[in-house]
Amino acid sequence: MRPLAPALRPLPLDRLRGPNNEGVLVVSIVVLSLVVGAVDSSFWSVRTLLNIGSASLENVVFAMAVLIVIISGGIDVSFMAIGIFAGYGVIVLTGSTGFGASSAWVGFVLAAGIGVLLGSLNAAAIAGLRLPTLIVTLGTQGIIRGAMLAYVGSKVIPNYPQGLDRLSTDYLFTASSSAGDTRLNILIIPAVLICLLVSLLLRYTTLGRGIYAIGGDAESARRAGFRVAGTQVFIYLFAGLLAGVAGMMHVTQVRLANPYELVGGELDVIAAVVLGGTSIFGGKGSVSGTVLGVVLIALIKNSLILLGVPGTWQRATVGLLLLIGVSAQALSARVRRRHVDFLAQASA
Amino acid sequence: MVVAEPLLVASAVSKHYGGIAALEEVSLQVRPGEVHCLAGENGSGKSTLIKVISGVETPDSGSITMDGKSFARLTPRQAISLGIEVIFQDFSLFPNLTVAENIAMATYVAGGRRTVRPRTLRRIAAEVVSRIGVQLDLDARVEDLSVADRQLTAICRALARDARVIFMDEPTTALTWREVEALFAVVRSLKDSGVALVFVSHKLEEVLRVSDRITVLRNGVVAVTGDVSRFDRAAIVAAMTGRAFTETSPADSARAGAPPVLEVDQLSLRGYFEDVSFLVHQGEVLGVTGLLGSGRTEIAEALFGIIPADHGTVRVDGKPVRLRSVHDAIRAGIGYVPSDRLTQGVFLDQTISLNVIAGSIDRLVGRGNLLRRGKAQQMVERAAAELRIRMSSASATVRSLSGGNQQRVVLAKWLVRNPHILILNSPTVGVDVGSKHEILEMLRAKGRDGMGIIVISDDVPELVAVCHRVLVVRRGRITDELTGERLTEEAIVKELVA
Repeated sequence: MRPLAPALRPLPLDRLRGPNNEGVLVVSIVVLSLVVGAVDSSFWSVRTLLNIGSASLENVVFAMAVLIVIISGGIDVSFMAIGIFAGYGVIVLTGSTGFGASSAWVGFVLAAGIGVLLGSLNAAAIAGLRLPTLIVTLGTQGIIRGAMLAYVGSKVIPNYPQGLDRLSTDYLFTASSSAGDTRLNILIIPAVLICLLVSLLLRYTTLGRGIYAIGGDAESARRAGFRVAGTQVFIYLFAGLLAGVAGMMHVTQVRLANPYELVGGELDVIAAVVLGGTSIFGGKGSVSGTVLGVVLIALIKNSLILLGVPGTWQRATVGLLLLIGVSAQALSARVRRRHVDFLAQASA
Repeated sequence: MVVAEPLLVASAVSKHYGGIAALEEVSLQVRPGEVHCLAGENGSGKSTLIKVISGVETPDSGSITMDGKSFARLTPRQAISLGIEVIFQDFSLFPNLTVAENIAMATYVAGGRRTVRPRTLRRIAAEVVSRIGVQLDLDARVEDLSVADRQLTAICRALARDARVIFMDEPTTALTWREVEALFAVVRSLKDSGVALVFVSHKLEEVLRVSDRITVLRNGVVAVTGDVSRFDRAAIVAAMTGRAFTETSPADSARAGAPPVLEVDQLSLRGYFEDVSFLVHQGEVLGVTGLLGSGRTEIAEALFGIIPADHGTVRVDGKPVRLRSVHDAIRAGIGYVPSDRLTQGVFLDQTISLNVIAGSIDRLVGRGNLLRRGKAQQMVERAAAELRIRMSSASATVRSLSGGNQQRVVLAKWLVRNPHILILNSPTVGVDVGSKHEILEMLRAKGRDGMGIIVISDDVPELVAVCHRVLVVRRGRITDELTGERLTEEAIVKELVA
């Protein structure tokens, strides 16, 4: 009788892909770079690298917040609202009271605090009242943004307090060319540190593994003795903190505090997290994949400009990438299930 | 033989829900190193008893004693720290995490540790796995494991937390024959190390083979308890149901002259089954059996258009039919009762009437495409009477019914359509003995009325009792056909494991 089940080696694609899609992302980034570089040789420059670094440094911090939420089985669409509230709020606060104006770090601590405070709205509704995460964060997004425009301010502020002003021009690298200077802010260092911190949290702490456990099966997590509600409170407070810091990074980098920015840009970050192999159904995802996802999105947006594609197409492209990421997950899950079926058949 | 002091004693436990007594003065003794079978029909109180002992439910009265210490009630954490573990049918594992994490994480949480060292987790898991002498890939994700390996992972997790009494809910239901043997080998080694196991099961033949003692519950009270050797099968069934059955009533003789209702010719689906050909005659009950993963379920799903076949032809009443979708299959007169009724067969939170008519809406609409309520109600009443569905009212939800009655609702949904061919996948899994008997009886009656029936099952006594012919599927091919004198339990089992 001809055996029906083929040899049960791991699929070659699986090995390339790595546990969280990292392999595919690295290949995509390399191929995209080669293509764009072939079309426009000015791509191969330090400038490109610094541009992508600048574009990624705040998004990667936002992405860490979203990553944690999605691993736990939720979704967050309020992070940008929290970010701009915190960033803009600190500029308004220090501008009007003068408190902590001399030190940028006071500004960041304040932003983090505001983030935690706003995150507690999500935590209360999700962990306390057990409401669905998408609806809660959609609601808080509206509340937070509306409250900011009504009570904090709605004007663009060009004057920064001394401390943040200094930080905003503190560059780690500068590349000069005929087209002008391209720079990378020193804030890239705390951004990298935050990624490392989140990675350690997710991999080596009981709390971090509990986040994966809840995302895998919340009821099982409860039975295994994890404190599900407590972990959720932590998740949304911490996500709020990261969003506050990322918002402050954004406001610092652009050197113009505009309350109408960020909200509406959630797509880029969520797409990056999903492309990074994070399962939209919860329970799976990694910091390395997410960082690569953020870099890929930044690279694509940068390349579209180089290739002369109108800026209006950027959003459509990122939306398409999000759908591709989700479809890839669904398809690979189906292939895996077939694979498991084969295993069962062979052992029977 | 010296009788060991009992390890776990539940004494005179009562639990009422509303006015209804789920448990009335129930007592259970579990000795160290024994395998105890807890039997009883759905609704007899087995699950409630487990919930009380594991601290999920609070008893109204009575006590639970572990190691000589008495408790009026337990919390889930207390129960676990005393060494009482329950392995539910869904195993409560984390599909996205590795085997090692699933086994060892809970000990970390219980110990209140804050950091996790993957190497330590792996060591704890490896130690438990080798203690019971099984092979498990510690780095595999649980979602990629077979059901049997998931169960072993759940057992290992219980052991990692120093379990001393392990309750297992329907441990053999989803396992193949070989896997059941492997499980029993593990059970024996656990016994030797002094761990007690309590099996809660409907599949008496299998479980009784490894059990030392049995306690049978009926309507919330203990019907009998004692050493397994003191009971035969009939006595246990009688204790469970309070009635006496002759479980194996021979099927009526096949209708050799009847025309075929279903002709399957060289049906194939790459990777699942190949060259499958058979006939089902009018009024015939055809059994299809095979181990899990043999392709038996896929053949049924192909005939119902869920996963269309690549090759081959199917005729219904002599006319060739295209089966590319469920819609095609229903139009051709084929009905299918899936094995997993909870997720595929019923709308649990809808009413019984809506479930019964769900498949026949097209026949109940009148002018303007509006539902004709009177006609629908008649249909529901007729079906409920014919299938003897025990319900408070047709507007109760299906969730409120027992497993046996839920299955009757699924059957009713198809029978009201009067299909030419009805395919049933594991129709009596999770159904109590009394209902099982009635469901099988009804299938035989439908056969006599001329319907062609295909029963897919690995319940061998059931196949022998109800089928005229049995096909055995192995690795995607039909390897044997058993009829007449050759249709015996021994013959099927031999063919299955050959």
